[in-house]
Amino acid sequence: MTASQPDFHASSVAALADPQIRANFRRAMDGLMAKRAALFADPAEWRALRALGTAVRTRTLANLPELLERLEERCRGNGIAVHWAETTAEANAAVLAILRAHGATRVVKGKSMVSEEMHLNDFLESHGVESLESDLGEYIVQLDHEMPSHIIMPAIHKDGRQIARLFGEKIRGAKRTEDVDELTGIARGVLRQKFEEADAGVSGVNCAVAETGTLVLIENEGNGRMSTHVPPLHIALMGIEKVVERLEDVPPLLALLCRSATGQTITTYTNLISGPRGPGEKDGPREVHLVILDNGRSRIYLDPELRATLRCIRCGACMNHCPVYTRIGGHAYEAVYPGPIGKILTPQVEGVKARHELMHASSLCGACVEVCPVEIPITELLIRLRREASHLEAGSPVLEAGQARNPWEDRAWALWRRLHASVPAYRMLSRLVTRLGRLPAPRLGPLGAWTGARTAPRPASRSLHELARDRGVPDA
Amino acid sequence: MSGEKRNAVYFYGTCLVDLFYPQAGMAGIELLRREGLEVVFPQGQTCCGQPAFNCGYSEEARAVARAQLAWFREPWPVVVPSGSCAAMMRRHYPELFAGEPELPAVEALAARVHELTEFLAGVLGVKLVDRGEPVRVTWHSSCHALRELGIREEPKALLGQLANVELVPLARERECCGFGGTFAVRFPEISAAMVADKAADVAATEASELLAADCGCLLNIGGRLGRIGSAVRPRHIAEFLWERTAGGAPR
Repeated sequence: MTASQPDFHASSVAALADPQIRANFRRAMDGLMAKRAALFADPAEWRALRALGTAVRTRTLANLPELLERLEERCRGNGIAVHWAETTAEANAAVLAILRAHGATRVVKGKSMVSEEMHLNDFLESHGVESLESDLGEYIVQLDHEMPSHIIMPAIHKDGRQIARLFGEKIRGAKRTEDVDELTGIARGVLRQKFEEADAGVSGVNCAVAETGTLVLIENEGNGRMSTHVPPLHIALMGIEKVVERLEDVPPLLALLCRSATGQTITTYTNLISGPRGPGEKDGPREVHLVILDNGRSRIYLDPELRATLRCIRCGACMNHCPVYTRIGGHAYEAVYPGPIGKILTPQVEGVKARHELMHASSLCGACVEVCPVEIPITELLIRLRREASHLEAGSPVLEAGQARNPWEDRAWALWRRLHASVPAYRMLSRLVTRLGRLPAPRLGPLGAWTGARTAPRPASRSLHELARDRGVPDA
Repeated sequence: MSGEKRNAVYFYGTCLVDLFYPQAGMAGIELLRREGLEVVFPQGQTCCGQPAFNCGYSEEARAVARAQLAWFREPWPVVVPSGSCAAMMRRHYPELFAGEPELPAVEALAARVHELTEFLAGVLGVKLVDRGEPVRVTWHSSCHALRELGIREEPKALLGQLANVELVPLARERECCGFGGTFAVRFPEISAAMVADKAADVAATEASELLAADCGCLLNIGGRLGRIGSAVRPRHIAEFLWERTAGGAPR
């Protein structure tokens, strides 16, 4: 969380200068890319599964209001209380009210990106509730007072040595070790105790099934099952877009999610939660609550093109394959969702005024689009957001549309247009560049930025137009 | 100009080739002419409009794109020695002109646009005979050729026909070089980190030439190779192919 105005450029420069960040992300992303590629080795199978996943998400979104109503009805029928929150403040208040009604002061959490949007841990701590992350990666970043740097692997920016040092400093009585299994054992020891003592468990939701009122939660560590199962009270958090229509919509989405995220065919745990402990049952929470958060999603939903943003199943493949993310890591984005999906989501949720830099921090290489399991056209949406951030178009649904206008850039493109939309003007430009371009130029502005790492571009002495004319290539 | 002319193709040089790599443009033209095609180079052409389009300045992009249309009216293929500019014309022109009176003409033009290597290998099926000395080269594909046009094997197939050319792949062949148009100057540090890695990857192949079919990538990687004093020669694939098969620089 950042109190001051985000400054992506400055953060990215700082990250680039950190050899530990560079090495940790490169190594981790290489591993994730290889694991994913191994599971999508058959292009036909990938295309078919992806088309299915995209169809499921698209169909769901087309009927979103109706499906959410049905989900609420079925959940209530299953004994799950449903709470609606338009803002993160409302969601936090709803969680706190539930906890207070039970006198709960100790919470264990499974991993949830929605809870990151809410900054739930800080909120609860400030209201006297201990909120402990139980996903190992989340536990590590919480221990170090950091935000997750990746939506699937929150502590991927740290290597074993850094984690060993952190545990040594922050966990009383922890043995000094760099052995991964031993480190995991230390965290497990702390968490076991906390699971037993917790008054409530909080979790995310990978998808919620409207026809059955089922909450689906996948994970690898068992902490999700412990958080949702052991404490007497379970509060699940989800964004409005996470609903699906039918139970049979779930398998293709999970198949895509596991393969795309971690290169697994299936996670170790797949939890289907259909309600609180029933009469005569020996375990499970006595109450289950579902908090459904909007936080800007319904605004995105209104535009048929931008709506594709909401297809996202939060697999993180776009970050794993992003050449920018790989080099600067997740924290530089100063956003809950880093990487390519964050570049389209964050400006839409938080507004383009403070966040327009994110939309430009892409070479539009399209590596993210290529691997997105639900075919979100990220580069196309980036271009659209760039346009509507700098131009006030009538009826633009983009938050703070037109407010990232830069008069200097307007002038630069107006000049560019004058030079390229007229044949005589272009001829003049071409003469200027080819005749004078070889003279040493002051390394200012864009050229200065370019020559920091490269030699200055060297124009030819004669243009292709001239060569073609001289060599008798016919004109139109 | 008669619409009946057979075997005619337009050559769309692109602004970067025009001003920085005209010899690559001439080589492209010669490669097409050798196949018996009549190559027409409209002198009125300037830039496809991609720089402004990518930055969100659609109106400016459309004005410049519109200025190209008049020069490419005949129903001939338009061959472009750049994956990025070809993708702009083929994929993005129809979207740029949505709702505009020119849309039908733009759609017809877009359907005729071909990237040079794709046209040589895929459409013409050229046969190349290598006349050069043994050489080791490496190949960098532009992201737009790869992902927007799906051109992966064509350039390699062309190089594969050259008996004395050893093609050593880059370790991260599919990773962006960090150019991205204005990205390189908006975020020079990130772009520099990307191109530094790419140049190191090039060096590791121990190739003497780096070939590409997009001049944005060439300016970027070539600029980096120059800055680190590398002996690797960055070149457009058209120039390389012409030189190897005609035994000299383009006429």
